[in-house]
Amino acid sequence: MTALLEVKHLVKTYKTLTAVDDVSFAIPKGICFGLLGPNGAGKTTTIEMMEGILSATSGEVYYKGSPRTSTFREEIGIQFQHTALLAFLTVRETLKTFQQLYHKTTDIDSLLATCNLLDIQNQYNDKISGGQRQRLLLALALVNQPELLFLDEPSTGMDPQARRNLWDIVLNIKSQEKTIVLTTHYMEEAQLLCDKIAIMDYGRIIARGSVADMISNYCGENAAGKPCPEANLENVFIKLTGRQLRE
Amino acid sequence: MRFKRLWAMFTARNLEFFRDRAAFGWNFLFPFLIIAGFGVVFGGKSFSEYKAGVFPVESPMSIHHKVEIPEGFQSSRYVEFVGVPSLEAGLALLKHHKIDLLIQRGSAPHAYWTNESSPKGYILEKMLIASLQPKDTGDLLNRQVVQGKEVRYIDWLFPGILGMNMMFSALWGVGYVVVRYRKNGVLKRLKATPLTAVEYLSAQMLSRIFLLMFTLIIVWIGCDVIFSFEVAGHYLDLAVVFFLGCLSLTSMGLVLASRGTSEEFTSGVLNFISWPMMFLSEVWFSIEGAPQWIKWIAATFPLTHLLTAARKIMNDGAGLSDVMPDLIILSVMTGVCLTIGATLFSWNE
Repeated sequence: MTALLEVKHLVKTYKTLTAVDDVSFAIPKGICFGLLGPNGAGKTTTIEMMEGILSATSGEVYYKGSPRTSTFREEIGIQFQHTALLAFLTVRETLKTFQQLYHKTTDIDSLLATCNLLDIQNQYNDKISGGQRQRLLLALALVNQPELLFLDEPSTGMDPQARRNLWDIVLNIKSQEKTIVLTTHYMEEAQLLCDKIAIMDYGRIIARGSVADMISNYCGENAAGKPCPEANLENVFIKLTGRQLRE
Repeated sequence: MRFKRLWAMFTARNLEFFRDRAAFGWNFLFPFLIIAGFGVVFGGKSFSEYKAGVFPVESPMSIHHKVEIPEGFQSSRYVEFVGVPSLEAGLALLKHHKIDLLIQRGSAPHAYWTNESSPKGYILEKMLIASLQPKDTGDLLNRQVVQGKEVRYIDWLFPGILGMNMMFSALWGVGYVVVRYRKNGVLKRLKATPLTAVEYLSAQMLSRIFLLMFTLIIVWIGCDVIFSFEVAGHYLDLAVVFFLGCLSLTSMGLVLASRGTSEEFTSGVLNFISWPMMFLSEVWFSIEGAPQWIKWIAATFPLTHLLTAARKIMNDGAGLSDVMPDLIILSVMTGVCLTIGATLFSWNE
């Protein structure tokens, strides 16, 4: 299967720090790919190099088998980890503004409905809650009907209800054959949404595969050699990255 | 460049400006209050340029006290007489430049004190001495009075206040706002779209120019209703000058906006640029007679050329051809700043 997006030997260095160190992987079309790792592992740096927001120190990124061109941004949607919105604009106006930046667009009303924003469409951006804000950021990422969607920790700061609501929306997007690249600290989220995952630590990919394979390969026993109490992705993650605090 | 994208950014920025009621109101209120304030201070007949302290005066200064100082001096225009209780109190005021000259009331000979480091004190002393000399100057002097309609100080000041408001609005409204957007991630989000830097910067510039011209017209109409400003030249010429001035000041704001993520640093740089421009570009007073090097510095500021051209049209009835050198300089400054701003611009660094 031809990869929709492929990164080869990606490196990013900041003076003496190597944030991303020779990372390579391929993402097939139509799957949800999870990039997991502790804080500071290099997930956001990697994803931003894939998006073209950051330039790589070395390495290549291929989209549909070729280096990215100027049309790449027309075909991707991005939800950043931290983003401010234009002040004094309503939710609808914000979507309308972003819609005008693209050739290919989606209907605002259906987007508002998909992301459960209809009730707050006429509220100013700074008057909406954290969960509503995350849904608006997701809606902005979908405004151009992207083929490839980058979601960088989309549910951070959400309460359990809002998080589950967001998962439903992402599953709905996934059912439309969209390709999704997701970073998250919630293993439950990755286990539910992702088809394939890669776990990063200290700028390198330390394991990759389907969620089922990862659990079966790494959850047979824990770090002490004893059987895992539960076969889930969180235990795989802890086993691979350890219990040491990273921040 | 796609017009649709430019228009989207232009509209969004305008909405932000008009809906931010505090900033919106202040943009109109600030120049209006300054002009109204100066109109009151300098428009009335009570305006005085020099202060002479008279002692000993325990109660507020009255005509009774004034008759005890030289007659010619007490009738001088633009001199305010301030009652001072004692010599010591008067000397303290004189030392701190709170009065320009101190004179003892009573019969001649009149004792007076001056502060050698006070230019105003020097002039006031000359006026005091001249008031005691015979009026006949023989053939040495021949008094003439300027003909035609007088230009009030407020008429001279008005373009300066408008220009100053434009300068602050252009530099802060573009320079500071774009840096804030860069810091809080708005620019990074826009970078993720097909919007190009040229489209974004053009939209910011056009929006600011539109808002500045809109503000200018409203403030002009409001002030004109109260002070009845005279425009000796053509309004259209004046509009061209202000438009070019807007363009030049806004492009200067773009240079400041091109890099940087620290609002504090940008604020410092903006102050560093705007304050000298305000004082040396003749917003408040003329720098005629200032050292040549100060004039050279002033000539590098777009506000100087904007105000020179605007005053020539407004006060002297000049046409566009008369102010062409200033217009050319403004155009060149715009081109240089735009080139630098667009070249240096970064979305997220």
